[in-house]
Amino acid sequence: MIQIPELSLVALVGISGSGKSTFARTHFAPTQVLSSDYFRGLVADDENDQSASADAFDVLHYVAGKRLAAGRLTVVDATNLQPHARAGLVKVAREHDVLPVAIVLDVPEALAWERTEARADRTFGRQVLTRMSRDLRRSLGSLSREGFRKVHVLRGPEEIAAAEVGYEKLFNDKREVTGPFDIIGDVHGCRAELETLLGTLGYALTRDGAGRPVNAVHPDGRTAIFLGDLVDRGPDSPGVLRLVMGMVAAGSAICVPGNHEQKLARKLNGRNVQLTHGLPETLEQLDREPASFVAEARAFIDGLVSHYVLDGGRLVVAHAGLKEAYQGRASGRVRSFALYGETTGETDEYGLPVRHPWARDYRGSAAVVYGHVPTPRPEWINNTICLDTGCVFGGSLTALRWPSRELVSVPAAREYYAPVRPLETVVERPDEGLDIADVIGRKHLDYGYGRITVPAENAAAALEVMSRFALDPATLVWLPPTMAPCSTSTLDGYLEHPASAFADLRAAGIDRVVCEEKHMGSRAVVRVSRSGAGDAIWTRTGRPFFGAPMDGELLTRVRAAAGSLFDELDSDWLLLDTELLPWSAKAGGLIRDRYAGVGAAGRAALPAALGVLDRVAGRGLDVTGLRDRLELRSSEIDGYSAAYRAYVRPTDGLDGVTLAPFAVLAGAGVSYAKMDHGWHLALADRLVAADPTLFTPTRRMIVELADTASEAAATDWWLTLTAAGGEGMVVKPYAGLAVTDRTGRLVQPGVKCRGREYLRIIYGPEYTRPEQLSRLRGRNLGRKRNMALREHGLGLAALDRVAQGAPLWRVHELVFAILATESEPVDPRL
Amino acid sequence: MLLTVSTTHRPATDLGYLLVKHPDRVHSFDVPTGTAYVLYPEAAADRCTAALLLDVDPQRLRAQQDTFELGQYVNDRPYAASSLLASALNKVFRSALRGVSKDRPELAAAPLPLEIAVPVLRGTSELATRLFEPLGWQVTATPIPLEPQIGGDSRYVDLQLSGSVRLADALNHLYVLLPVLDDAKHYWVAPDEIEKLLRSGEGWLAAHPEKVLITRRYLAHKKAYATTALQLLEGDETTDEDAELPVTRKISLASHRRDAVLTALADAGAARVLDLGCGGGALLTALIKDRRFTEIVGADVSSRALAIAARRIHLERLGDRVRLFQSALTYRDDRLRGYDAAVLMEVIEHLDPPRLPALAETVFGHARPATVVVTTPNVEYNVHYEGLTGTRHSDHRFEWTRAEFRSWASRVAARYRYEVTFRPVGEDDPATGAPTQLALFRTVSAEVAQ
Repeated sequence: MIQIPELSLVALVGISGSGKSTFARTHFAPTQVLSSDYFRGLVADDENDQSASADAFDVLHYVAGKRLAAGRLTVVDATNLQPHARAGLVKVAREHDVLPVAIVLDVPEALAWERTEARADRTFGRQVLTRMSRDLRRSLGSLSREGFRKVHVLRGPEEIAAAEVGYEKLFNDKREVTGPFDIIGDVHGCRAELETLLGTLGYALTRDGAGRPVNAVHPDGRTAIFLGDLVDRGPDSPGVLRLVMGMVAAGSAICVPGNHEQKLARKLNGRNVQLTHGLPETLEQLDREPASFVAEARAFIDGLVSHYVLDGGRLVVAHAGLKEAYQGRASGRVRSFALYGETTGETDEYGLPVRHPWARDYRGSAAVVYGHVPTPRPEWINNTICLDTGCVFGGSLTALRWPSRELVSVPAAREYYAPVRPLETVVERPDEGLDIADVIGRKHLDYGYGRITVPAENAAAALEVMSRFALDPATLVWLPPTMAPCSTSTLDGYLEHPASAFADLRAAGIDRVVCEEKHMGSRAVVRVSRSGAGDAIWTRTGRPFFGAPMDGELLTRVRAAAGSLFDELDSDWLLLDTELLPWSAKAGGLIRDRYAGVGAAGRAALPAALGVLDRVAGRGLDVTGLRDRLELRSSEIDGYSAAYRAYVRPTDGLDGVTLAPFAVLAGAGVSYAKMDHGWHLALADRLVAADPTLFTPTRRMIVELADTASEAAATDWWLTLTAAGGEGMVVKPYAGLAVTDRTGRLVQPGVKCRGREYLRIIYGPEYTRPEQLSRLRGRNLGRKRNMALREHGLGLAALDRVAQGAPLWRVHELVFAILATESEPVDPRL
Repeated sequence: MLLTVSTTHRPATDLGYLLVKHPDRVHSFDVPTGTAYVLYPEAAADRCTAALLLDVDPQRLRAQQDTFELGQYVNDRPYAASSLLASALNKVFRSALRGVSKDRPELAAAPLPLEIAVPVLRGTSELATRLFEPLGWQVTATPIPLEPQIGGDSRYVDLQLSGSVRLADALNHLYVLLPVLDDAKHYWVAPDEIEKLLRSGEGWLAAHPEKVLITRRYLAHKKAYATTALQLLEGDETTDEDAELPVTRKISLASHRRDAVLTALADAGAARVLDLGCGGGALLTALIKDRRFTEIVGADVSSRALAIAARRIHLERLGDRVRLFQSALTYRDDRLRGYDAAVLMEVIEHLDPPRLPALAETVFGHARPATVVVTTPNVEYNVHYEGLTGTRHSDHRFEWTRAEFRSWASRVAARYRYEVTFRPVGEDDPATGAPTQLALFRTVSAEVAQ
């Protein structure tokens, strides 16, 4: 039985005719095997064209690299008899931090020659085979030295035929161990604090005859994980080692080594190391221990594995952290990263190395829990957390409960060792920041409610808006989705009508809807908090609404009105979806230049033309047809003017500006997408009650779609609303924002149903003419509906991720995708 | 849309002969955008008025365009006089425009007492006066108000002209100047428009004080067309493209700034440089000319600006020395690492102040070149710009005093371990300082290394 690591690069080594291809076919899947013959054929149309070998191996190495990067076992079927050929493979393996393995097929040259002669496509002479055999002899001794971590030699056809291949896991692969865990940061000889922490966590300590703790067991079978740096600087490094060694031996703990264990082991193994950073204290303490204990400790440290992948791949532990590409891999640099991290080569003002901010760049799905760098408060950065809270420096000893992610800390009894750099100088939370690679280029996103591909050109357009005009991404956690209109009505004189809206929702399997008055203003998303920190109000495209200082003033008033909601919802902050009124407050310029300008032009031009026609008619000429047309047009322009005029109200600064809230989207740690609209509107009403000047209520009506009377009442309500100049209504599934249909797919969060007169400012003053209406009824809603649903799903997912405390980039990629989706061309009248 | 032409020449009804439209009939013509009517609201011996009324069919207007523009559906085209009316005029009064009359040739050649009314026309009273007055018209252009609820005037005027002008000239004035005032064309402007302009402008355009504006607007602001047209206009000498620019100082400041940046880069010994926020490539051109720079990267957040820059520098001919790509200074970008120097020339003031820390992190923290050159306006100097209200550019989110810039630059330098020095760019006024301020950042370790 040949044992090879599950993820490795396997080089078959053997002369022509030794049966490598047969062996590969027998033991591996065809796609796992990269044959040099095949690649020669690919690049040169001839599998035996030796002059193509260099190109063929280039391509082979490239493909091998792609496979290994993706974590796939790869077998190279080539003679691999020459050191330079093997060196190329070892290099590829190391670049991807997988173990190179050699399987040598050693058959008598005579047998190989017999097989070669039997093949028509092999034309080389016997002397070639003799040279190959000589190369093989030479190779056998040097394979390990060249970097092959395992070398299996199969001698003779019988042994080759009888061989079986088995797979072994890497030492760091503990995916099947699921915890629950208590992960403990750098202890540094603080045995007393460790005992206290284990006690707080619920572990029962076992002590030896001298009263020293030698094991700790949790009644619920929890497992402790030590992140290394058990020793140095502190008062009782041997005591910590004794306890942790006991727990590991008993199976109640897992331990990874820290750089301090590494250095201690080197010292104990007789190497020359600098006696600094608290090592002398440890050596002194160990001097008081029997030699047998020191030997045990040395063996324990030597046996430690530098990182583990745990809990189905969801958790990675390593002393100094581990970037994604190194997780579950094995190489010198992986071990080095796990022990020491990466430094930039620069040093800071305290002479300490400047560390490469790998956590800031981390985009992996596994949570990485680590220690190594003393930090005053553990904080999640991109799904990574550092638990070294500097106990030995007088900080605290911290544990993270997994999977609940709860932090448990005990304070240090005192400062045992003076830090080089004051602990408090690093209070500033590391800035997660965002990488351009998070957003640009073609992106595939699976956001839970669906999947989306963002084309590169849409991302490019969104980047400009996001970067030049939008708020800080840390604030901008959600953007309002676009909303589709209801299906086009066929009722006489109407393009949109409640009957279509109700039919749409009924078709989606909804039986109860809420009709909300559609305010004609400007969409405004408001984030307010008790403290005011991070508060903002932004537009559909993420821009600050009016800009400072008006935004600040507006937010102060919203904050005051929302006071009781913070308590009631037990949240320090809230995200509100609102419409800011009147329309003219934000869109004054647009109204003047476009809408009112057209109205003024029409109201001046048409009477002038009618005046001319009256005089022409006065001279006895017949212009009746033309006059009637212009007369109609004149009444249409009046209707059009009345439509936009309804949304213009004088405002002076914030005087006259109101907000109509209609949903409370999220709060601290929670998305309210699942709450029904009764809940949302009740909270909106509370805001209105708290400050009736600032807030405008949203009129609404609940409709049972099975009840025709209920529908008729809502239709009458809509007619009244729109006749009075209202824009119309939005019909939403009553159950909430994240409603799914029978097949589990998200349904539209609402459809808008706009009034007949309002639509004049969208479709033109004369759209109500029968011939125009019949043409407009051919409008295609498909694209708009898709867009609305995608943006809605992305937004819901963003709220979920905010609630889960996901890294900033995970929230931002969704918000960015909403903005990118908006740059798709779609009929703006919908 | 409507225009009327009246005369008090006796007999006034001769207007019918000149226009070749009988006053006692209703004339209608099919035009591409609807139906044009010629009607006479009055036709007496002492006064006769011809009206050209264009009944625009929005559907046919729409058929000529196919973009997703809201303006397509809600627009002033059916009401305001524009190129649509000018086209109809050209079709309906073709011979009158040419000054040809079979029945009244001497009348066609003579100035007549004329009154012209265009009740709704986009434009301002001031511009209408500037355009028509030099042609011998007495101009009354009354702004049309919006509505009381909204207040103020619309961008339309009610235009009345009177004067003693040849009818053909009057019609040609209207044919050219209606679209010029409207400042839009309903059709694609092709090179044959130059010919049309010269033909209709014959005898009056070359001497018109606003001929540059007329030519540009008529030719839909296509520079190359306007230049050709102006050169073709008889006796024309002012073909300078910058004739309309208010001050020449801006141009020299731009070149001062470029020189200052190049000097700073040279002082730092930078060979591989980043032009962050390169825009249309103003600095890139200068960098490319200087062989000291062996590798040049232009980055901008606008893909449109990058396309313009690529065209301007002829990117395809430059090989590997120059690269352009989209990047945003608020996101860190690995592609920007490993360069000698980065230039942010007139860039930071285009970012909202709360986003500046992200920019600093991207440039000084992540890209981290040994040298960074930043220029930005010195707001103290703005008092020297006469008539300037607000910022120097509409997209400037802020303009800093020298103290404000120094304070920001010093904080950034301290945080990211750079040393910073400041240089004035342009005329260094003792009271206000120079118009542009420049900060030169060097990494502390780079200083030590030298």
